[in-house]
Amino acid sequence: MSVIEAQGVSLTFQTADGPVHALKDVDLTIGKGEFVSFIGPSGCGKTTFLRTIAALETPTAGRIGVNGLSADEARRARAYGYVFQAPGLYPWRTISGNISLPLEIMGFSKTDRAKRIARVLDMVELSGFGGKFPWQLSGGMQQRASIARALAFDADILLMDEPFGALDEIVRDRLNAALLELWAKTGKTIGFVTHSIPEAVYLSTKIVVMSPRPGRITRIIESTLPRERPLEIRDTPEFIRIAQEVREGLREGHSYD
Amino acid sequence: MKHALPVLTVLCAIILGWYVAAVALNAPWARDQAARAGTSLTMPALIRATMTQERPVLPAPHQVAKGVWDGVAGQKITSKRSLVWHAGVTLSATLAGFAIGSLAGILLAVGIVHSRVMDLSVMPWAIASQTVPILAIAPMVIVVFASAGVTGLVPKAMIAAWLSFFPVLVGMVKGLRTPDRMQMDLMHSWNASRAQAFWRLRLPSAMPYLFASLKVAVAAALVGTIVGELPAGATAGLGARLLSGSYYGQTIQIWAALFAAAALAAVLVMVISGIERVTLKRMGLAR
Repeated sequence: MSVIEAQGVSLTFQTADGPVHALKDVDLTIGKGEFVSFIGPSGCGKTTFLRTIAALETPTAGRIGVNGLSADEARRARAYGYVFQAPGLYPWRTISGNISLPLEIMGFSKTDRAKRIARVLDMVELSGFGGKFPWQLSGGMQQRASIARALAFDADILLMDEPFGALDEIVRDRLNAALLELWAKTGKTIGFVTHSIPEAVYLSTKIVVMSPRPGRITRIIESTLPRERPLEIRDTPEFIRIAQEVREGLREGHSYD
Repeated sequence: MKHALPVLTVLCAIILGWYVAAVALNAPWARDQAARAGTSLTMPALIRATMTQERPVLPAPHQVAKGVWDGVAGQKITSKRSLVWHAGVTLSATLAGFAIGSLAGILLAVGIVHSRVMDLSVMPWAIASQTVPILAIAPMVIVVFASAGVTGLVPKAMIAAWLSFFPVLVGMVKGLRTPDRMQMDLMHSWNASRAQAFWRLRLPSAMPYLFASLKVAVAAALVGTIVGELPAGATAGLGARLLSGSYYGQTIQIWAALFAAAALAAVLVMVISGIERVTLKRMGLAR
């Protein structure tokens, strides 16, 4: 069953230097419960594509369906949680207050909010930190709090734009493992933008390789790795083979003209 | 406490420089008097003579201090010679004008941030209003209000508001626009209404800017009130003390009123700083 369907999606920005083709004829279907990574060099439109799914950008051609609705209808139905590269927590709210923010906007009752906050804090292993202010937490913990915020209102889709890009590798490994666990537990459909090949291979059931000028999909790789993935899986021949395939995909899309 | 020494050093230097200037500026009159009396003054006598004049060009610090003391403690508070009474008159108009001006500044800023049309149409006039010299506008405001039968606090408060709305407007426009693209996108992704984004994101983000501009605004409101008191017939308020002092050459009275105004401004700014500290601390913005 498909959750996200893109057909012939193009997005052209008009700039002073002429039109920029951020996306050109992108077709993609994402099924329920899939973990899809978008990988490619900067300017390949991976972030732009994620934003069009979220209806933060409007395509100039083609259409995107989310849960059988248009992208904007899905946004208004609060179909997805979005996680940015920066945590974007409000410094004047505690961690609990930050997670409560979308819940307040969506009109959840006070008791329901408290229950949900406790649940998602537990999910991202931040129980006991709800009363802290963001600046009292490390960068990795802040990003976990921002994931908790995106999970709090039970959207079926989680869109993540390089969520761990600003973190060091050790923290990133831990968060990747935690994210897989969370995905297994909740069965959410996840769209994940990254520029790290190991990260994409480790996390995804499907890897979408993109290339720039114009932004397009050059290869879609279905992962053959099992859903259960300990960190050591990254040393198996299977993992290395898929990483190799991603690298080839990146290379063939990469022209320096 | 470890800053006490440098602070006191600067203070002493200022007072010393003031005494030197007082001697230099008041000496000609003292010499003149002595010459008329057919005597000449020794140096110590000359210096003594510059410190005790009734209408010195520049009163010495202790003369000003005595003037302030007489004005504050030497009179009944209800007396027209009491600095406290005059300061009270000025303070009430200042606070009224500050309240009107700040509210107007905040409301205009909210409109400007949310409406492109308002941004284009209001901002130029707001800037133009501040280029008009307040000394030229103040008498006209007083006259217009007086002809409508309104005198006393209201016209002065209007002039104070005129000066104080602008810093609040500029500060709040800047403050309400601080949320970056990502934070606005997050609000959009939650399908938040503009009102929700305003109360939960824009307004709290603007608080530090608001307090910074309120401090400027309250000082400006005091200046506006005093300027408004000058052409008002000079009956009440610190501005009236300044004006009547200059009519009759009462330099000590002028300086005493100036210091009272400065002290009043300092207290007002300190009060706002206090509120700022408490508010930002409660918001978790102060570390």
